[in-house]
Amino acid sequence: MNTDPDTLAAFRQEVSAWLEDNIPENPGFLLPLTFMEVGTDEQLAFLVAWQRKVYEAGYLGMSWPQEYGGGGMPPAYQDIVDEELAKHKAPIIFNSIGLGWAGPLILEMGTEAEKQKYLKGILTAEDIWCQGFSEPDHGSDLGNAQTRAVRDGEEYVINGSKIWTTHGPYSKYMILLARTNPETKSKYAGLSFFLSPMQAPGISTSPIQKITGEYGFAQTFFDDARISADCLMGEEGDGWKLAMRTLEYERSVEGGQATNYKITSITSADLIETCRSIQRDGKPLLEDPVVQDQLVQFMMEERNLLLNQKRGDLPDLCTDYPLSLMLSGKLEATELFRRMRQYAVSLQGAKGGLYIHDDDALSGGIWQHAYFNNFSATIGGGTSQVQNNIIAEHALGLPK
Amino acid sequence: MSLGQVAKNLNADSMCFSEEQKMIMESSRSFCQDTSSIEQVRQLLESPQGYDDNVWQQLVALGWTGIAIPESFGGSELGIEAVVPIVESMGRSLSATPFIPCTLAAQVILRAASPEQQQRWLPRMVEGQIATLALLDNEDWGATDTSHQLSDELVLTGEKWFVDDAASAELFIILTQYQGSARFVVVERNQLSESAIQAHALIDETKRSAKVDFTGVTVPADAILAAEKTQEILGDIKLIGALLTAAEAVGATSSCLNLIVEYLNTRKQFGKLIGSYQALKHPSVDILNKLEGARSQVYHAATLFEDSKGKIERDLEIACRMAKASANDALLYAGDRAVQFHGGMGFTYECDAQLYIRRAQWSQQQFGDSAHHRKRLAPLLLG
Repeated sequence: MNTDPDTLAAFRQEVSAWLEDNIPENPGFLLPLTFMEVGTDEQLAFLVAWQRKVYEAGYLGMSWPQEYGGGGMPPAYQDIVDEELAKHKAPIIFNSIGLGWAGPLILEMGTEAEKQKYLKGILTAEDIWCQGFSEPDHGSDLGNAQTRAVRDGEEYVINGSKIWTTHGPYSKYMILLARTNPETKSKYAGLSFFLSPMQAPGISTSPIQKITGEYGFAQTFFDDARISADCLMGEEGDGWKLAMRTLEYERSVEGGQATNYKITSITSADLIETCRSIQRDGKPLLEDPVVQDQLVQFMMEERNLLLNQKRGDLPDLCTDYPLSLMLSGKLEATELFRRMRQYAVSLQGAKGGLYIHDDDALSGGIWQHAYFNNFSATIGGGTSQVQNNIIAEHALGLPK
Repeated sequence: MSLGQVAKNLNADSMCFSEEQKMIMESSRSFCQDTSSIEQVRQLLESPQGYDDNVWQQLVALGWTGIAIPESFGGSELGIEAVVPIVESMGRSLSATPFIPCTLAAQVILRAASPEQQQRWLPRMVEGQIATLALLDNEDWGATDTSHQLSDELVLTGEKWFVDDAASAELFIILTQYQGSARFVVVERNQLSESAIQAHALIDETKRSAKVDFTGVTVPADAILAAEKTQEILGDIKLIGALLTAAEAVGATSSCLNLIVEYLNTRKQFGKLIGSYQALKHPSVDILNKLEGARSQVYHAATLFEDSKGKIERDLEIACRMAKASANDALLYAGDRAVQFHGGMGFTYECDAQLYIRRAQWSQQQFGDSAHHRKRLAPLLLG
């Protein structure tokens, strides 16, 4: 497939035009800004329909092989689609755990049978996926996960509990990290990785109310749950390796996602618009030099992220600490967004005290809502503090 | 979306690094490592000239003094994008030479001098004669005019501050007022008396700069640079100066971080390597992230220089200012933490952390501190 600049530019035009014609009308209810915020049936139905529409147009999984439902094209095409989705502020493509993490993992490490069974359903949104890594007592210390899986004939019997299960109540499958051997010398060696069904006897989910007041993720309980032994991915004991690989996909350290468009970005441009609309001392806030200076600082940081991404493709400019750009993207982006959103709330004068249920809230309370929800990004997938440790140890080479 | 918009968006994050730049980076890194070890840097701290003539001659032989000068004057006709990796390498080794002032002086001549004037001075600069800029009347990088005067009789009045490497300079390019408007004028070393140059005592002892009194010097009419758009050229030169200082600061931040990491990986307290403590780990990652951001900004600006063939428009101005503000902040933070993390040793003159914290203080003030640039970015970005 052609990736010369003219072909790609023409493709960009085509995608842009398609989006202009096909982005659905505002449905009249709050749409999730991120894949972690799907909390009602109407939101779910809307997003399933949208994902299917994008897939059927050929704009999802463009780089996945054709025999598994993908487009068999160079990744540059999907990147363009993702950029255009963001530019048009399209609804998110919500099945991210399948599209972004489980899918590429199965493509890379799965058997032929696993690829045939799972990949296409991820793309069509027929099969929604969730992740069973964190446990109530083991979040950052993932290697210490205690959910047990015991082989019994052609089945595994699972006992324990997983938490922060995004899409849990809607999911057909879970990528599950469980302990098959509690006796190993290293805690990591006893872990195994399952592609587990969610509709099985003994598996139940219980919704958790979030800081925003909404629902959208769950605790998952395994109570003598029985799943087929075929659900084991790789061998017993491969769990840590597969989980770490999954996290690399999750943190976008590794490419291969069917799409990376899982978050509606709120950028400095939105922040500037907000500053235009707010009055302080009887004048538009944007004229306040103190505010201007803070906005400039945010824009510099935002530009850094963009430029770092570009520089990551030029190894000659990354010789000092070659892993650093790859490892720091998640930390820097999620922390910057948190600070920008927090700042946006602080700018609203008395309106900063209103919340999403109030009709007078600024832009529907989007900043308040986005600020709270942003914690799912600075905590989920490894907290910022753990990310700092990872960068210190792996990029800088500091001791554990 | 129109194509124009797409192109503009692409400009905001363009980043290239040519084979040529790569070769220049590799050779300048190894040159600076060989000629500017920490021992050599320390030896030069007390020397009046501040650099080694021998090293300068080698650098001239490598062709770097002519790198951004057209071939017709003996240079290699590359742009500022080729100067950036050299300056970064110099910062990395805290290498002391008059390379930045010479490069900037040549850029003024290129932009403001007539062809005859260029023919007179540029070949000398390619051959290694030291040239420098005399821009400031005082501490103010934001000043838009100068009180320095060139009279109708072509006699200069006034002193200039922070004239880098003045003691070894043969050519001084002075920002002055002539017949009511700003102009550049060139003065040669032999027109100045010995007492005209008074060295500043700088916070960064690897650098040399001086107050120079040009009062009473009579200049020939053909020493006034031809261009009348002095303000515009001055604006460009300040942006190039900001970018080169930023590149140098990025290099210094790299080696400052290396110094920190090395210490954190060898020093033990409470029975553990201190690098295992998160109180030291996490700020070290902050330094790394600031460094990476600043480096990206610097090479983005270099890329835009290459794309624009040296013409400075809005995007490039934004890039230069962002590069300087980011690099200032990165080096200031790295130098500050380097001292602190070395504990009692960090407070000593013997510890190399002092070289970086002093460089940081010096560097942030060259061609404008961070707030100076953010203030000027505001109308560009928010207007």
